Amino acid sequence: MSNNTRSRILLASYVIVVLFVFLVIRLWQLQVLDGKEYRKISTGNMLRIIKIPAPRGIIYDRNGTPLVKNSPYFYASLMPENLKNVNVQYLADILGINAGDLQAKINKKGLSPFEPIKLKEGLTFAEIAAIEARRSDFPGLIIDIDMSREYLYGDVGAHLIGYLGKLNPSQSKNPEFKDVPTEAFIGQWGAELLFDKSLRGTPGERIIEIDALGREIKLLKENPPVKGDDLKLTIDINLQKAAEDSFAGRAGAVVALKPDSGEILGFVSRPSFDPNLFARGVNQSQWAALIQDKKLPMLNRALQSQYPPGSTFKIVTAIAALNEGVITPDTKVTCTGGINYGKWQFGCWKKGGHGTVSLHKAIVESCDVYFYEVGKRVGIDKIAEYARKLGLGSETGLPLVKERPGLIPDTKWKQEKKKQQWFLGETFNAAIGQGYVAATPIQMAQLMSIVANGGSIYKPTIVKADTPAQPIASADIKPEVIALVRDGLYGAVNEGGGTGGAARSSLASVGGKTGTAQVVGIRKSSHQLPEKLRDHAWFVAFAPVENPLIALCVFVEHGGHGGGAAAPIAKQAIEAYLKNEKNR
Amino acid sequence: MLKINRRLLKNFDWGTFLIVILLSIVGIMTIYSATRPLLPTDQPNYHIKQIYWLLLGIAALFFIVSFDYIWLSRFAYPVFAVGVVLLIIVLIAGKTGLGAQRWLTLGPISFQPSEIFRLMFIIVLSRHFLEIGGTMGLASIIKIFLTFAFIPLIILLKQPDLGTAIVLLMMFLSLSIVRGLQRKVIILLIVLAIISIPFIGNIMWEGLKDYQKNRLVAFMEPEADPAGIGYHINQSKVAIGSGEILGKGYMRGTQGPFRFLPEKQTDFIFAVFAEEWGLVGSLLLLLIYLALILRGVDTALKAKDEFGRLLAAGITAMFSTYFFINVGMTLGIMPVVGIPLPFMSYGGTAILSNFIAAGILINIRTRRFELFY
Repeated sequence: MSNNTRSRILLASYVIVVLFVFLVIRLWQLQVLDGKEYRKISTGNMLRIIKIPAPRGIIYDRNGTPLVKNSPYFYASLMPENLKNVNVQYLADILGINAGDLQAKINKKGLSPFEPIKLKEGLTFAEIAAIEARRSDFPGLIIDIDMSREYLYGDVGAHLIGYLGKLNPSQSKNPEFKDVPTEAFIGQWGAELLFDKSLRGTPGERIIEIDALGREIKLLKENPPVKGDDLKLTIDINLQKAAEDSFAGRAGAVVALKPDSGEILGFVSRPSFDPNLFARGVNQSQWAALIQDKKLPMLNRALQSQYPPGSTFKIVTAIAALNEGVITPDTKVTCTGGINYGKWQFGCWKKGGHGTVSLHKAIVESCDVYFYEVGKRVGIDKIAEYARKLGLGSETGLPLVKERPGLIPDTKWKQEKKKQQWFLGETFNAAIGQGYVAATPIQMAQLMSIVANGGSIYKPTIVKADTPAQPIASADIKPEVIALVRDGLYGAVNEGGGTGGAARSSLASVGGKTGTAQVVGIRKSSHQLPEKLRDHAWFVAFAPVENPLIALCVFVEHGGHGGGAAAPIAKQAIEAYLKNEKNR
Repeated sequence: MLKINRRLLKNFDWGTFLIVILLSIVGIMTIYSATRPLLPTDQPNYHIKQIYWLLLGIAALFFIVSFDYIWLSRFAYPVFAVGVVLLIIVLIAGKTGLGAQRWLTLGPISFQPSEIFRLMFIIVLSRHFLEIGGTMGLASIIKIFLTFAFIPLIILLKQPDLGTAIVLLMMFLSLSIVRGLQRKVIILLIVLAIISIPFIGNIMWEGLKDYQKNRLVAFMEPEADPAGIGYHINQSKVAIGSGEILGKGYMRGTQGPFRFLPEKQTDFIFAVFAEEWGLVGSLLLLLIYLALILRGVDTALKAKDEFGRLLAAGITAMFSTYFFINVGMTLGIMPVVGIPLPFMSYGGTAILSNFIAAGILINIRTRRFELFY
């Protein structure tokens, strides 16, 4: 062997040793200098913290009937690792979705290689079976389970019960929701929103080791979720359902109260919406349809519709005059079908007139002329004072949605708002609940409740309390005044000539008052007008008259006359409530 | 015959033999750990298959040692021709795996002809270099390149098997240099190599498959593409780095079995080992490889004839190239070209081929005293 060959081979071995030293330096760098950092990454690679949603508290009605249910809800997802070789068309066929949409979901940028991609939510059992049967064609296809809220009565009571929705961006910044998983559904409306915190419960946590395919290898720690507290509402679902059903497509509202506590027994706003639509996230077109619907299903008419209360307001005028001693039950007024004031004619609804009228007959037959006279005697400022004492003109304080305050006008108000003095003709209008006067259904229900319980004001509540409710104020009405008014209201339903005969019930004695809010300034029989120009119908009632258990207000948009449109609904609601022995 | 065998036993190169057996056993242990079942439904059998291939490899090794390596020289040309034909067959009828056409299936057995071909290539070059006397000039080196290396390289690039192509090129250069080139040729080759890098780079880039381009891009900037090919390099670095000084312990590594590290039982087996055995174990392992290589160098120096010397140098160059590229790639200082770590990576044809190569080395060393035989 030549020395040359020898030296060339030796040179090669030096090169090898130098390269070797490079490897060692690099090994040192990775394992010693950066070792701690890499150790952290490798641990983080396989640890996953999975939030387990807590079962949400169940919402019951006052008698313990469940109104909602948590139902299992299935969704299919796919590990991104398995995406490359997936037959998109075939998978789309099995899932029953559009292949283009599926492709878009798969192509979405910024996917973590370990986070499963949700392909379809809300799988039916048939779909699950179809997927399971073809499981081997799609490695990495996962069917997972979550809880979904089901509203057992659909759109019945939806405005009160509310619905769930995904955490919105402003909520996710709020520290109150820091424990809520980002994909979680929380209460976004109604009682679901108001009592979300207690209904929500505490999510559990699973700390697991996973491999790169997302398979769970080992459970390291598990904190089980804590179920949310159940919620017992004050509503009676039978009443609620009966009232909503009797609306039969018309729009309006019902608020029924328990006179001795302010508990809301029924809370109707028609038309309503189906909260089940929201249970897994409402889609854009459904939401747009709800918002743009001309019938305004998302409007809470019980709190947000304010209209002149019409003749139901005569209760206020009567109480004011009696309590102030301006009239006695025997004060007589002669009704000839109208009175003249200046150049204006103020008519009574009964063209021929009621003849000689005293308080009882005036309430029973709803004589307008009687109340023009009484209103003139007691004066607008006293009427307004009593209206406010009876809860009108300001919010009742039910925090469901932004409540409208209604309007109780007086001389001061006219001066401030209209820069004008008050005219007597406006007193006539106000005395019979027309003109500027405006009230919401919940306010009128509260008014009825105060009359029914003898003068105590309770704040309306939607949740059953453990302790008996205390009145927040007293309306300061003499008991004999209340008795006289109740007597008249009984007569209006039960005596011949009474305007509220349609609410008469064989189950209990009902007292009530009809009302009509004029939509156009002319007095015409409703059936001669197109529906949108017809008057709004009011009916306030309580029952049983001797020992009131329920007080309510029914409002029917464009219902025409209160006695015809609203009173039958009140009857249905009262009977549905009192039929149940538990409520007596 | 008996006499020969006794002599053979007396001079048998136990050193090289024990090193490759040790590496293989460490390899099987690491393959098992890398693919160990995490869930009862996982039933890996890589380590079992590897044991069968190892037994076959040992048998092949002894068969190779049993006759004088001079016989390899005698059949060098026809065997090489068969090798080229096999490569062509793969190109036409081979099975595709991971975007490259490398496999040939005969009944139940799949094998990679390129893994065997690299040995035929060394043998034929060693033989051919002997036949031309004197130091080689530029013309003869080009002629030899065109005759033996050009067609196989084209086929390998076409498959594409960039890793093996690089290894072939390295072996060609190593053998040429050991055989002796005129100094001006060596200088010329170096200058040529430097100025042609951009051109070759460009031509190569156009000819590369997308996954190879990705690998190169990822090598330059692994963090740019954390879910793609750079992911391999990153996860490999995480595996090695997280081993720290003493390692996580055997069967306690996670990057491999939890599948964060791709190709864990093949190309990235060193990362799995380093994660479990730490700097201490990795250094030991690297030293064992260094011992194998330096012993190969020593065998080349001590070979009884020029053919043995070239053969030993070629095989040692091959082991070195595989070793440095593979370990460098797992450490993130070499591009991912997809070549296995000799004796440790899972892969039947490679095990068989490497044991035959080791057998040739042992053969040369064992017969180093048989000068006048």
